[in-house]
Amino acid sequence: MKRTLLLLAIVVLLAIIPLFIQKGAEFGGADGEAEAAIGEINKDYEPWFESLWEPPSGEIESLLFVLQAAIGAGFIGYFIGYMRGKHKEG
Amino acid sequence: MKLSWWKCSYFLVAYLMVPKQAFAMHIMEGFLPIEWAIFWWVISIPFIVLGLRSIRKTIEANPETKMMLGLSGAFAFVLSALKIPSVTGSCSHPTGVGLGTVLFGPLAMSVIGTIVLLFQSLLLAHGGLTTLGANAFSMAIVGPFIVYFVFKGAQKIGLSFSLAVFFAAMLGDLGTYVVTSVQLALAFPSEVGGFAASFTKFAGIFALTQIPLAISEGILTVIVMNFLKKYNISELKALRVFSAKEAH
Repeated sequence: MKRTLLLLAIVVLLAIIPLFIQKGAEFGGADGEAEAAIGEINKDYEPWFESLWEPPSGEIESLLFVLQAAIGAGFIGYFIGYMRGKHKEG
Repeated sequence: MKLSWWKCSYFLVAYLMVPKQAFAMHIMEGFLPIEWAIFWWVISIPFIVLGLRSIRKTIEANPETKMMLGLSGAFAFVLSALKIPSVTGSCSHPTGVGLGTVLFGPLAMSVIGTIVLLFQSLLLAHGGLTTLGANAFSMAIVGPFIVYFVFKGAQKIGLSFSLAVFFAAMLGDLGTYVVTSVQLALAFPSEVGGFAASFTKFAGIFALTQIPLAISEGILTVIVMNFLKKYNISELKALRVFSAKEAH
């Protein structure tokens, strides 16, 4: 248990430290920046296919990302509880 | 000797701190020329077919591992939804395929990884359908195969179970991004310098951002694996996760 908490603390730190050493950075990760990089190499490239559906706003996109994480986390939580309960009985 | 090691790591850290822009890990919809899109689809499909067969076989032989297959999928689902800031000043997300690969093998994860990618491309406009073949190849095929070979290799040289899991998951995560860089460089070779120049550019953006995230992915995989080791030891043995020595 102690070891798990320690490991989790390292993961959290790995995510927090960048926020402090890169204060001015944008922390983007958007696909738009990829377009820029490809555009630099090949100015004439035109994407030939569009996404069938795009989340209409950043809010809705984050809602869907949260749902994805929540569904996964929900199952992991269920799994952990189920296995611990089973372990106690057995 | 010791001093030069410190110097090297100092410059590595300093290099990591140079602000760079990065982008979401998957290749965006329409951003691979059509011949490359088809090429990667053709390469990926056989792995997915073999993966479906591998999953069916495992479930038939060990029906009690179904819950763990679900866990592997859920883990990949959560991790690939987490966009985490990195030292380069941009964000990226882990892949989460390491856990399932250690448990069920690389072929099974080619199916699960592709499902995650399909979900993200349809509902989140993250990645794409035309580029799904290429993205599946990097995240759901090469990533898991790296995990598999690193894990087996680490066990063979006698590393502890936790360390083997850590290095396998971490290097699989990093490898995925290297492959993505190769794919982009192949499709977009630079006019000056060709493939190598483009690869350096894409890898500089991708791989550096990914280093801390890969470490996080390795640690998270170890945490879940420690739990499984405590509560699901019989399933782990049925799936032959342990080396001959550790099984006793």
